[in-house]
Amino acid sequence: MRRLVELPLSKSFKMAFQSIRVRFFRSMVTTVSLVLAVSFFTFIQASNDTAEGLLSSNDQTVLLELVKAGYDITPESGSIESSAKQRWILFLSLLVCVVGIINAQLMSVTERFREIGTLKCLGALDRFIVRLFLIEAAMQGITGGLVGAFLGSCVALGSCLATFGGKAFFFIPWGQLLVTIAVATGTGTLLSLLGVLYPAFIAARMQPVEAMRVDQ
Amino acid sequence: MSQTSKIVRVTGVVKNFDLGKIVVEVLKGIDLEIETGKYISIMGPSGSGKSTLFNMIGGLDKPTEGKVFIDEVDIAQLDAYELAWLRCRKIGYIFQTFNLIPVMTALENITIPMTFAGVSSDEALKKGMDLLSQVGLAGRHEHRPSELSGGQQQRVAVARALANNPSIILADEPTGNLDLTTGEEIIKLLKELSIERGVTVISATHDYKMLNVSDQVIWIRDGKIEKIQQREELNISTGGLASAH
Ligand SMILES: Nc1ncnc2c1ncn2[C@@H]1O[C@H](COP(=O)(O)OP(=O)(O)O)[C@@H](O)[C@H]1O
Ligand SMILES: [Mg+2]
Repeated sequence: MRRLVELPLSKSFKMAFQSIRVRFFRSMVTTVSLVLAVSFFTFIQASNDTAEGLLSSNDQTVLLELVKAGYDITPESGSIESSAKQRWILFLSLLVCVVGIINAQLMSVTERFREIGTLKCLGALDRFIVRLFLIEAAMQGITGGLVGAFLGSCVALGSCLATFGGKAFFFIPWGQLLVTIAVATGTGTLLSLLGVLYPAFIAARMQPVEAMRVDQ
Repeated sequence: MSQTSKIVRVTGVVKNFDLGKIVVEVLKGIDLEIETGKYISIMGPSGSGKSTLFNMIGGLDKPTEGKVFIDEVDIAQLDAYELAWLRCRKIGYIFQTFNLIPVMTALENITIPMTFAGVSSDEALKKGMDLLSQVGLAGRHEHRPSELSGGQQQRVAVARALANNPSIILADEPTGNLDLTTGEEIIKLLKELSIERGVTVISATHDYKMLNVSDQVIWIRDGKIEKIQQREELNISTGGLASAH
């Protein structure tokens, strides 16, 4: 007979949620870096979306204003392209964000050595620990992603209206904007999961003896 | 007369820590048999290797040489799953630093081992409440560790250690972070539970208060067993101590 310990998924979620709620400030720090990166990502994407909407108005004056505002308009496709420089900055900001998350999560693993060791003494398997960290990261990712996407698109819409005036409102591609928000939230979640992989692995490898450590 | 079963058997255990440049010999050949249901104290000065021996018995660390049997099973032969099962069901751990999960309430702390063991949520909650009142903390189930005193935290830890009705309770310096009276209360509690439930209590300590309740005391010095005293011999020696006062 195989004797197995278990941790139901619902319990894992509850534990992860509790951990975030009680250590609210610490998770906020991780989440805020995510919010910033995702809102930047959304801002650029959503600005392109609104510009694209304006472009579809086929209004010569609007076109001129777009060029003046610094958008690259390719004549043949008649669409807005994000510039190489934009993509590069975007990539860097996401990279910085992931590195920040890895750092914050490693610190949190170090802080929680006793808790992790104790869980292992109580019978937790390596994969329970990994799962707890992944769920926590996913929750932070979705929250940070949503907030960031919302912020980023608000700023993009605001600046679009400020630059092109009230008439721009009629050309806002709401559908495309929703897709952008969804993609941004997904990206945020992905970044958060990516950042926690290595720390979660370290946590899972922690030995139960760690729980016994008495630091003076 | 002694056809009692041995719950723990340690044979020829040597433990070295390889620190790169030097190898520290901490345990230098320990042989030990512990009978089911007894209250055992492992006594010795700080640094004598109590915790190290204790970690071997608890399956938390592997000996360099020698074997540890729990219920006649060589724990070196167990895989990760079986070891987790052993830690979850067979052994209850009590730590000097209490080690409650800080984000969870007292009741939740007690129910974790039951969750791991596959006990249903309702049953775990009910049993958790029972255990809390057994350790004298009825009504404190909603409190977080930070809202409890050291002694109360250790009581929760005792309840948690008992959650899956283990055969062995391992307590490393359970009174190390407690004041005199609170420490005495915890020792009394452990002793009561040991008698009530027939659970074997093994506790590593340099707290002489433990002597009074121990069925057997294993004295360790420099990684070797110095002597093993039974309860009867202890009475004489503590009597001697008392008269010397
Ligand atoms: N992981 C380790 N690495 C190196 N040395 C260790 C380790 N654990 C314990 N020791 C050494 O082993 C000796 C015994 O330690 P320990 O078992 O904790 O003693 P006790 O619990 O009796 O105070 C000490 O000298 C300690 O420095
Ligand atoms: Mg010790």
